[in-house]
Amino acid sequence: MSEPAFHITIDGVQIAARPGQTIMEAADEAGIYIPRLCDHEGLRHQGSCRVCTVKAGGRSVSACTQPAAPGLVVENETPHMVKLRRDLVEMLFHEGNHLCPICEASGNCELQAMAYRLGLTAPSRFPFLQPTRPLDASHPDIALDTNRCITCGRCIRASQDVDHKGVFGYVGRGIHRRVAVNGPDLAHTDAAITDHAISAEVCPVGCIIRKRVGFRIPIGEREFDAALIGEEIEEHRDD
Amino acid sequence: MGEPRLIEISPVTRVEGHGKVTIHLNDRNEVDEARLHIVEFRGFERFIRGRLLWEVPVIVQRLCGICPVSHHLAAAKAMDMIVGVDVLPPTAEKMRRLMHYGQVMQSHVLHFFHLAAPDLLFGFGAPAERRNIFEVIRENPELGRRAVAMRRFGQEIIEATAGKKIHGTGAVPGGINRNLDIATRDRLLAQVEEMLLWAQDALALARGYTLDHADLVANFAAFPSNHMALARAGDGALDLYHGQLRAIDAGGGTIFEGVDYRRYHDLLVEDVRPWSYMKFPFIRDLGPEAGWYRVGPLARMNVAAFIDTPLADAAHRDMKAATGGRPNNTALANHWARMIEVLHCVEKIRDLLHDTDLQGTDLIATGERRREGIGVIEAPRGNLIHHYEVDEHDQVTFCNLIVSTTHNNEGMNRAVKDVAVRYLGGQERISEGMLNHVEVAIRAFDPCLSCATHALGQMPLQVELIDAGGRVIDSRTRNG
Repeated sequence: MSEPAFHITIDGVQIAARPGQTIMEAADEAGIYIPRLCDHEGLRHQGSCRVCTVKAGGRSVSACTQPAAPGLVVENETPHMVKLRRDLVEMLFHEGNHLCPICEASGNCELQAMAYRLGLTAPSRFPFLQPTRPLDASHPDIALDTNRCITCGRCIRASQDVDHKGVFGYVGRGIHRRVAVNGPDLAHTDAAITDHAISAEVCPVGCIIRKRVGFRIPIGEREFDAALIGEEIEEHRDD
Repeated sequence: MGEPRLIEISPVTRVEGHGKVTIHLNDRNEVDEARLHIVEFRGFERFIRGRLLWEVPVIVQRLCGICPVSHHLAAAKAMDMIVGVDVLPPTAEKMRRLMHYGQVMQSHVLHFFHLAAPDLLFGFGAPAERRNIFEVIRENPELGRRAVAMRRFGQEIIEATAGKKIHGTGAVPGGINRNLDIATRDRLLAQVEEMLLWAQDALALARGYTLDHADLVANFAAFPSNHMALARAGDGALDLYHGQLRAIDAGGGTIFEGVDYRRYHDLLVEDVRPWSYMKFPFIRDLGPEAGWYRVGPLARMNVAAFIDTPLADAAHRDMKAATGGRPNNTALANHWARMIEVLHCVEKIRDLLHDTDLQGTDLIATGERRREGIGVIEAPRGNLIHHYEVDEHDQVTFCNLIVSTTHNNEGMNRAVKDVAVRYLGGQERISEGMLNHVEVAIRAFDPCLSCATHALGQMPLQVELIDAGGRVIDSRTRNG
């Protein structure tokens, strides 16, 4: 590994960064967790969910897309940034139909885990939009419960860039933007249970469902039962 | 001659869910009509449609916060059938049974000590401010402590098998998602002998009350009826988790027995009446007038040939002897029956905790898919039927639930009428204590009104007094 080319400062801690790294990549290497939902290891950065928003050089930027630059001063876990993230996550809960008590992703869900990390236990400040959205169970091995979709687009990038298929894509604009499948329903696409886009790690919520395995992981053994989201990154922090 | 009156008790208290009672008195202060109305509506049967089959046992347990395990397991049994599994791996069946015994125990303890005990200890007409669990604890701290500890033990059994004390995820179609680890088993085993002693003390209390108040019990909401429950295939033993349907009449004669519960719709019909959200089931061959029946702990004692755990079996024989071996057709003896079942559950829990199958690793079986699934168990409050159809995309297309309280709808209404006639009929002034007698009759059934209407909200009773012209002339309402 080459020597660090420069340093940046996150919440007063100086860390090493290399040319071409984003703020988030440098922070991950240094064991500093910056919350994120649409960004996922192995997929290209998109910067759309804004949960990774940090103040860099006084400007609000998405840490998953903003390149690290020499001497950059970043605010990450300040009260202001934490509140902004909590508001964003809360609005995601209000915008979709997220019924954690009956969702098979509960305990493994990044949205739920992010809410817990940010101290959001009961979304209550905004009106629930309660949209009417379909459940597509047409495929023999896969179901899509779009009530739970947060339009992060991870499935779109996984399908296009890793599976080279294009099963998923965005339709609509603004608040009407949705993830759709490339066909009348999922059964009429070339989606397969072996696709990376369908793997449990890609969809952060309970939208993409691998059929007939729900609730097989007991409570206590689910991904976020024992640890907060992001702790796996913070484990190798130096200080 | 006075004015005709309508008394309204709203809400009914110390029951699960929201209901009200209306009592129509004519101009001679005689009871013309008395009804228990279930005024909440839930709609699970409708909104479960379209959901995925493996979600169902988790979704439907939200019917109830008191005995969610019952709905969880009844739905899981129905889904076992849909995924083509007729015999579960031993570890799976025994883990589910352990969960169920923990559930029945904690629910019965909750009912007996927290909901019914104030009436039994202080009298039905005692001042309202005394009729609560806190007074029970003040009067008898040791009893109160045991009530809390016994319920906790049952809840810990549920947590050990379902991951949470309320609304866990243990049962999955075809099996269970965990076994019992040794450390948890040993922690539970350390408490079980004490629970066994306390269960015997609670049984002695309920038995003593019933026998010491034999006249009251024999004349309070007591009337002949049919009784229905599951009984174990082959020998007719009490079996809370699985068995065949058996119904007997008020004299003990068999109406049907050895019936595969998947045929329940051949035997039972659900009647609808305009004044209640709860249906009125009856035995098809006998018709709505003669075919209504009771379910629950006392019905199970009446239906069961014996109990397969020694202490509870002795208690069952003792109880049967009190009625000369004939069915017990009272309402208040339900408390005695409930405590026999608590003892049975603790005996079963002890046996299961010593069974090494609970540490097995074969948890889920598979089979050939079917379209239809029916699961029936004996919930704390009685027989519980879950019936689903699932399409080729794994989505529910049909759901029918008959819960214990629904089975008991006619019985509860008759109990309300019986007690209203006896205690309110001919009275010029109606006191709150007199109205509590009506509630005691309802409570004896330990109804879960929320489950029965598939409610949001509290658990509140309303009594209305209606005149001959249908006007409400008096009402009493209590908030939950």
